[in-house]
Amino acid sequence: MKELLVISGKGGTGKTTIVGAFAGLAKDSFPCKMTVLADCDVDAADLHLILKPDVRETKEFFGLKRASMDRMKCNNCGECRKICRFDAITAHEGRVKIEPISCEGCAVCFHICPNQAISMKDVIAGHRFVSDTIYGPLVHAKLGVAEENSGKLVTEVRREARRIAETLDSPLIICDGPPGIGCPVISSMSGVDLALIVTEPTIAGIHDMERLYSLARDFDVEVAVCINKYDLDYEMSADIEEFCSAHSVDMAGRVPFDEEVVKALVKGEPIIPSRSTGQDRESPAANSIRQLWAEIFNRLF
Amino acid sequence: MIISVASGKGGTGKTTVAVNLALTLTETETVCFVDCDVEEPNAHLFLKPVLEGSVEVTVPVPIVDEEKCNGCGRCGEICAFNAILPLGKHVLTFPELCHGCGGCTLLCPASAIQEEPLEIGVVEWGQAGSVSHIHGRLNIGSPLAPPLVKAVKNHAENKPERAISIIDSPPGTSCPVVASVSGSDFCLLVTEPTPFGLHDLTLAVDMVRELQVPFGVVINRAGLGNGGLVDYCKAENIHILAEIPFDRKYAKCYAKGGHLVHEFPEIKRVFQDLWHAICVTTDRV
Repeated sequence: MKELLVISGKGGTGKTTIVGAFAGLAKDSFPCKMTVLADCDVDAADLHLILKPDVRETKEFFGLKRASMDRMKCNNCGECRKICRFDAITAHEGRVKIEPISCEGCAVCFHICPNQAISMKDVIAGHRFVSDTIYGPLVHAKLGVAEENSGKLVTEVRREARRIAETLDSPLIICDGPPGIGCPVISSMSGVDLALIVTEPTIAGIHDMERLYSLARDFDVEVAVCINKYDLDYEMSADIEEFCSAHSVDMAGRVPFDEEVVKALVKGEPIIPSRSTGQDRESPAANSIRQLWAEIFNRLF
Repeated sequence: MIISVASGKGGTGKTTVAVNLALTLTETETVCFVDCDVEEPNAHLFLKPVLEGSVEVTVPVPIVDEEKCNGCGRCGEICAFNAILPLGKHVLTFPELCHGCGGCTLLCPASAIQEEPLEIGVVEWGQAGSVSHIHGRLNIGSPLAPPLVKAVKNHAENKPERAISIIDSPPGTSCPVVASVSGSDFCLLVTEPTPFGLHDLTLAVDMVRELQVPFGVVINRAGLGNGGLVDYCKAENIHILAEIPFDRKYAKCYAKGGHLVHEFPEIKRVFQDLWHAICVTTDRV
């Protein structure tokens, strides 16, 4: 079983569009086996908008516990406030209060309170879903607003995707990655067989791709690059290709800007539907993504 | 006045809006630009500041004196982040998991734990024309963005001459974004007229409402798709403060790190109107 991660550093370069198209292409490449899909962008998950999942299992996700105060026991001594390093305990006119949004759950206040007035309470930090789609099972999640995106929910999504893939004897898991280079990205990246970096020919796209590439190299993850909307700026695209050849990174494909991509998105459909849906879509972007898939498929299998 | 620029979805144009608003305001106000997207800072690619200084940002991580350690295992029990693992009198630490809460140091009965600084990134500052520019850069491989975001904001607060601060926030709605947006006087949520843009806008709206920061919406790439954005804003009574139309020539200008308000007078008007709309909404007229 192989794990493919589609990732970008910069947001909005087209990760989810590519993953949505790959879902249909993988179904056609493995007519007798199921590919498992995983949306690792738990903060702003979007893959479900084009894969139209039927949710069959919902599980609560508990993050770190949070401090909670028993007002009957608190004598406002302020010891907790002195030791909290996250400014999560405030005092107004001598009355001590916990600010839940700033609490990181370290529990130091719970340990030092001389009056045992603080307890640590479980908090539902999000939900994890397993769904059926016409392309195969989808594992996705929704982190609660303002929750800590520590990467634990991402790890949970990947673990469940792997468990399902093993049960179904799936050849492939395709993961849609989060933006950035912090916790959730590190959790998405560890141990994948290939990270496909989707970038765009802009100064910001190149800058973010370079940082992501360094991260992947630190984690010994193999990388391939795809330039989305490459025809918006040929010079910048040439710079990306130069970077790739200087670092011996595979240039796996170039996808042109294509309004059909937006039209498909507005309809809530992948840019390339699986042949099994009886539909087909020819467009410049769709054709390039087919070639990209062939490249990636050859790299993985 | 602090204006933060955020969006649930990445790549909707936060940096474009933040940078061009800053450039528009420099004509009449003293502006400080604060790039809080420490994982992927980009605003400097457009503002091109001359950097004048930098400071390393660290979090305190434990260092154990095994001579003093009595092997009680208390540090392992109290660490909520699994960053310290006592194996008898041999104690393993995992600095990359440590949040720097100081619990193990404070509560070790043998006083065997001290703290040492671990660098997670840098805050850099400089001048871009009349705009003071501050940003943070997270070290590659360091998972902890929020302490660096807070350090960037603290640094900005020490700039006494600023009249208006513009904060460019990271994408999403989780803790680095909350750290960036909280304390703002106003938040601009940048979105695009696609189902992804709409879906992630609803998440961002939930966040700013929870933080009780007044906000308005900017639609970028207007005309490219629709996806019910305007209907949603109407139903939720959310003001759409500006629309930046989609045009290949704007995309090309952005690609090279250009300034839309300097190259296109019609975009300059959009940003002047946006500022006016912010002033009206926040009673700053």
